[in-house]
Amino acid sequence: MAEREVDPLPEVEPLPDEDREGDEPVLGRHERYRGEFPIEVKGLKNSFGEQIIHGGLDLAVRRGEILGVVGGSGTGKSVLMRSIIGLQLPDEGQIDVFGRSITTGDPDDVVGVRNRWGVLFQGGALFSTLTVGENVEVPLKKFYPELSDELTHEIARYKIKLSGLPEEAVSKYPSELSGGMRKRAGLARALALDPELLFLDEPTAGLDPIGAAAFDVLTRELKQTLGLTVFLITHDLDTLHEICDRVAVLADRKVIAVDTVPNLMKIDHPWIQEYFNGPRGRAALTAQALDELRKHMDMPIAANAVKALDKSSGKKA
Amino acid sequence: MERFAGFEVDGEQGRGATLALTGPWLVSTIGAVETALDASEDAATRLDLSRITEIDTAGAWLIGRAAEKRGAGISGASARAQRLIDAVAGLGFDADVSAPREALATRVTERMGEMVYNARRGSYGLIGFLGALILAIASIARHPRRFAGKAFVRQLELVGVAALPIIGLMSFLIGIVIAQQGAVQLSQFGAETLTVNLVGRITLRELGVLMTAIMVAGRSGSAFAAQIGTMKLTEEIDAMRTIGISPMEALVIPRIMACVFMMIFLGFYSMVMAIVGGAFVGDVMLGIPFLTFLARIQEVVPLYDLWVGLIKAPVFGLIVALAGCYHGMQVKGNSEEVGLRTTLAVVSAIFAVIVLDAFFAVFFTNVGWG
Repeated sequence: MAEREVDPLPEVEPLPDEDREGDEPVLGRHERYRGEFPIEVKGLKNSFGEQIIHGGLDLAVRRGEILGVVGGSGTGKSVLMRSIIGLQLPDEGQIDVFGRSITTGDPDDVVGVRNRWGVLFQGGALFSTLTVGENVEVPLKKFYPELSDELTHEIARYKIKLSGLPEEAVSKYPSELSGGMRKRAGLARALALDPELLFLDEPTAGLDPIGAAAFDVLTRELKQTLGLTVFLITHDLDTLHEICDRVAVLADRKVIAVDTVPNLMKIDHPWIQEYFNGPRGRAALTAQALDELRKHMDMPIAANAVKALDKSSGKKA
Repeated sequence: MERFAGFEVDGEQGRGATLALTGPWLVSTIGAVETALDASEDAATRLDLSRITEIDTAGAWLIGRAAEKRGAGISGASARAQRLIDAVAGLGFDADVSAPREALATRVTERMGEMVYNARRGSYGLIGFLGALILAIASIARHPRRFAGKAFVRQLELVGVAALPIIGLMSFLIGIVIAQQGAVQLSQFGAETLTVNLVGRITLRELGVLMTAIMVAGRSGSAFAAQIGTMKLTEEIDAMRTIGISPMEALVIPRIMACVFMMIFLGFYSMVMAIVGGAFVGDVMLGIPFLTFLARIQEVVPLYDLWVGLIKAPVFGLIVALAGCYHGMQVKGNSEEVGLRTTLAVVSAIFAVIVLDAFFAVFFTNVGWG
């Protein structure tokens, strides 16, 4: 895939060590995270009453990757995300984000982390009494009140454009937007603080195929341009094939595998096999293969392969 | 290592100078430099980014803005800086971030006009709802097997039995307050014994039923509106219609009937509890033995006072349940509407109950039940 070649973060000279206070990996507001794993989860346990959701879950997210998280319904994908962003206190386990503990850190410490991530909730979770533009300004005003009003407005406006919304959306209320636009507005708010880490909870759920594909492209472009690390929960096989660098599979209360899609398909686990090699998984794979081949239509072998594949998939349909 | 974004002017002030940008240009660090950059009258023709340590889109935006204002070129940008500057270039536009606001005069008149229209639509809606209700009652009368008996019993429990503790406590306390306050005033005339008349007549005629109606509006009227409203939002009511179940028969009639029946019992229960409260105060404060107080009630309170209360009770129950169900059925659109309609259901129910109570007071006095 082409995007793998793009270095997500350009070389900037590493920060001198004496600038750090003690050996605490504390990030100043003038630094971006340089470590290898922005998110590290170790031995996470979550339960609701008798029902154990996670037990001994380990996961490390690499800087600059799009990590897809998949799993059957009820395997706790959203609970995992809520644990990482500190909305759900786990029973046991250690969660470090940007090298700082979310589980044991005191709340003021965590604030230094909160302005480095953006979260897109499933329904967008926009504040319904504010316009889209005002929604984007909320985190800016909260964390950086020193910015002038003019600059805050400008940042909100270009973030809205960056998220692929039309200009007139800026002064509309969430209730006046379609589902797809609401997702994009939620994304604009998630990007408001130029986060280094972006959480997306089922971003393409409820979108039509065209809208979903456009959102995938947008996610990939933003990741490349802004150098984001993306934690992406999804059910969408096309999204997995198209944009995820690695995929983490949640089953049996833990992450049973983290790897690229082709490597995952070789793993002999009933759920993984059913998921990726079931009819929908194969269809998504074929579609992705066709897309790749179409880029090389000048070569006869590719053109023939496209014809053959088109026929076979046409028959199936 | 600089902790905030900054800049230096290299060379002569004026045309041809170079603006060397330094430090981290992040959204977290550009707060101070923004105004300084705007105020600087350097007229530089070149922005040198080679000493920038970190950059994000907000920094890139500010640099782009500064370069555009001066008509200056950019040099020394790292790959990331160049990519970000290119990414945000041309994304700016002029539009108000807040929703446009009309002038005050326009907004006030518009809102008033809207209210008139809403009032008309509301009264049409209410009449329509009453019509549908009467039709549903008639249809159930013809086909009694369609009556949702289980739902009715369930509502009897929710509206009536579950409300017993709170209504009992409320009435008991009201009885205490009336007796205690009444005794204080009446003792000035040496007429403490008339406390019995006061407690008995006021709770039977007015307060027992009125307070119960208010409590039921708050407990059950709001619940009706919220339940039915949520069911409308989740398309449960549409699903019922497609299966051939009338939501009027399945949801509204059991609730209204339960509320009407239970108001009679709750009203009576409330009167009893208030008198017990009064008798308690009489025993403790006024030296009237408990049982004597109850016996005196029988002597000084005419029987028609009880009828006045018990006639009003089902009417109030009907109003409370109607308001709850009507507003619940009016919910459409989003979840915000559920809250709005629930509030409306309670407010309009209590208001209607109090207005009607005033009419009843005049009416019963005129028919000789004074």
